[in-house]
Amino acid sequence: MTNSIREIPVSEAFLIIGSNTTENHPVIGSMIKKEVITRGKKLVVIDPRRIEMAKYADVFLQIKPGTNIAILNGLAHVAIKENLYAGDYVASRCEGFDEFKKVVEKYTPEFVADICGIDDPSLIVKAARILAGAKPMALYYCMGVTQFKSGVNGVKSCANLQMLLGNIGVAGGGVNPLRGQNNVQGACDMGALNAVYPAYQPVGNEEMRDKFKAAWKPAFDLSMKPGLTIVESLNGAIAGDVKALYVFGENPVMSDPNQHHVIEALEKLDFVVVQDIVMSETAQYADVVLPGAAFLEKEGTVSNTERRVQLMHRVVDFPGEAKDDWWIITQIANRMGASWEYTCAKDIFEEVRTVTPSYAGITYDRLEKELIQWPCPNEQHPGTQFLHKDKFSRGLGLMTAIEYTPPAEEVDPEYPVILTTGRILEHFHTGTMSRNSRVLHETVSEGFVELNQNDASNYNVEDGDLVAVSTRRGSVRLKAKVTARPKPNVAFIPFHFVEAAANKLTIDALDPTCKIPEFKVCACKIEKVHM
Amino acid sequence: MDQIQLTIDGVPVKGRKGQTILEIARDNKVDIPTLCYHPRISKTGACRLCLVRVNDAALKTSCTEPATEGMKVVTDDEEITNLRRGLLEMLLAEGCHNCLYCEANGDCKLQKLCHRYNVPEPSGEFPRHERVVDTVSSKGLRRNENRCILCGRCVKACSEIQMLGVWNFTGRGSNANLTSDMYDRIGDSSCVMCGTCVQLCPTGALSFQTVLGRGQAWELKKESSICIYCGVGCKIDFYTNKEGLLVKALGNEDGPNEGHLCVKGRFGFDFVQSDKRLTKPLVKKNGKFEETSWDEALDLVSSRFSDIRKKSGPDSIMAFSSAKCTNEENYLMQKFMRAVIGTNNVDHCARL
Repeated sequence: MTNSIREIPVSEAFLIIGSNTTENHPVIGSMIKKEVITRGKKLVVIDPRRIEMAKYADVFLQIKPGTNIAILNGLAHVAIKENLYAGDYVASRCEGFDEFKKVVEKYTPEFVADICGIDDPSLIVKAARILAGAKPMALYYCMGVTQFKSGVNGVKSCANLQMLLGNIGVAGGGVNPLRGQNNVQGACDMGALNAVYPAYQPVGNEEMRDKFKAAWKPAFDLSMKPGLTIVESLNGAIAGDVKALYVFGENPVMSDPNQHHVIEALEKLDFVVVQDIVMSETAQYADVVLPGAAFLEKEGTVSNTERRVQLMHRVVDFPGEAKDDWWIITQIANRMGASWEYTCAKDIFEEVRTVTPSYAGITYDRLEKELIQWPCPNEQHPGTQFLHKDKFSRGLGLMTAIEYTPPAEEVDPEYPVILTTGRILEHFHTGTMSRNSRVLHETVSEGFVELNQNDASNYNVEDGDLVAVSTRRGSVRLKAKVTARPKPNVAFIPFHFVEAAANKLTIDALDPTCKIPEFKVCACKIEKVHM
Repeated sequence: MDQIQLTIDGVPVKGRKGQTILEIARDNKVDIPTLCYHPRISKTGACRLCLVRVNDAALKTSCTEPATEGMKVVTDDEEITNLRRGLLEMLLAEGCHNCLYCEANGDCKLQKLCHRYNVPEPSGEFPRHERVVDTVSSKGLRRNENRCILCGRCVKACSEIQMLGVWNFTGRGSNANLTSDMYDRIGDSSCVMCGTCVQLCPTGALSFQTVLGRGQAWELKKESSICIYCGVGCKIDFYTNKEGLLVKALGNEDGPNEGHLCVKGRFGFDFVQSDKRLTKPLVKKNGKFEETSWDEALDLVSSRFSDIRKKSGPDSIMAFSSAKCTNEENYLMQKFMRAVIGTNNVDHCARL
């Protein structure tokens, strides 16, 4: 997030796009609800499903999955045409406006309504006027913007709108992605990415290579060639280029698109190590399984969606011979010639500070007493509540002219329904945690497919009936949940349930820049199963 | 800032204009008893236990009374003590408060105050209504309204923090009672089991399904950590019993969540102590996993990685790091791949 959770009361309006906030980030969802319900703040919700947030919205735009860029361009079109945008802000702080303006010119409400499947184009005008008329306005988004072949462009479109309306670099505004994992922010910050060292310092840069070589003293020159992403490495395994895999606390068999493909890759590999807390679906394919520690057995830091670094304390002991994950990695490294001497998580954090400029001022002692958000360059620095104050990190804010592009797989007579996937309130990701927690498991114990009432009656399906959902990649059977939530001709399946794994169905089309898979849209067919 | 000065029990203290007497008293570590007050919700002024004497004259509820310049506040005298004892006596008499059978025993605000004010056992002359006991309809929450003191904290927790408004009062006078939506049973309502009402309940009227039989309040140990689920990063106080078993999770007010949690943060911790946990390193031999020692497992991993690195080059090895693990662990994993294996082949599920 460019901004902070505690700024929610400062925002005068909210745009929520591609985020089922009350189910996936419920605590933030409640905070936004409070502003809208009790303080009359404005809310525009854009989503293919009539999610709970839609109930409180001034305007709810129920779009077809995969059409975010069109709707965002449409909002910008209205703001420019009616001269509601922040002209001074754009002129003094941004660049690229002219090309942007040229591209959004054709995104008239009628044109956009047609792409997005909105019946009434005037809703787009109404939404644009609300969003442009309230300052500061905060934009919140989640995987409903990013998990597309055009995911990077979706995010850029969010930034375009917020620059156009002058909402970046101000308290209560911002472009605010809601991170889906408790430390996805930190894992990125720490350089657990194929092309960057900690603090996003590129591996292809000589100065960075020398800096990390000096810090780490490896026995060889550090590689300047960007590595593989998860999906690329699985392709590499099938092609025979990748021979060994070390899986640490992930479950790609369940979480990655096109499950058959993932399993094929795992079977092809010469050597697979899985370090996890349970025998996951992925661990079944391992040669060695190492028992790691669960979060309540660990000390260490995690960084949340607002860049806030927080300390975790050890609450319970390890079961059996399970070990701290840092200990396991250190043991393997030292057996391979390293001489790491860490004795606790804090030792490692002290090293992190020396090579990660944005974390340099953060200490365990400070974290016990203070709220610190990176960047925090030195120990006297209070941390950074919101980014891009006065000027953008890169100087001028770059507005990017972006055209809408359709998803990789569109519906056709054989697969006539759009399938989208996601999470539900009671469960999380691949279910290894939530499905092994009694209250959560007992509350929702099986997967389902959400169908619109109209679609259900077309297929002669009633609530609770068993249906088969099939795509070009696979088929699963699950119970139908007939509701008013999904847009007509859209089906939704939560991906938590191994026995009805949504990712047997999803497509592994990737965004060309960041390689995110297109989980949010593919074509499927629905058939009633006659028992 | 509009600063004001007043005296509390003869001691001069400073506060800000707009603060209540209770807020200034708490800032200055003066203890005034309360039941319906909670800093996260709007002021109710229902329980009257926070009565104080203002300027030697009127008795005011300190939780609602704004402090003013020069105000003279007395937090306790004989009349106030007697009033508080009388109020507590009525609260006790109106319900069925048997601490022996109560989940909140040792952690109950009513119990503490009855002890502090030496409240006698109820005489039985007041009418007592049997109210709803619902311990089965919700997977997460239990309700025994015979222990309810109608303080309204649960009502406000739901309507002001969770923003759902499941709880409300119905009936009047001595017939007043709680209702969840329009139903008697929580399980029939729209409750999403965030558990904030339980966290704010001052008695045992609302409690968690996970607590009963797992150790009493004074046996529990508390340590804070950060929720493992989404990216909000809620700070949670986890409670363990004498055997080291996890018992309950309460939202910590210092985190970004300001004390609030969702159903996953509240109840999603059993997996840590599930019997499915791996407890020994495993090595696959002839297609079957066998337990092994750490030394053997680590030697095998490092020698296989070394062999493959030598034969096929560092770029033939890939690591998936984890957004569920700490900064320190992620740092170490990428350092391992870059500085020990010699490849940038490291990624995690940021995109999934």
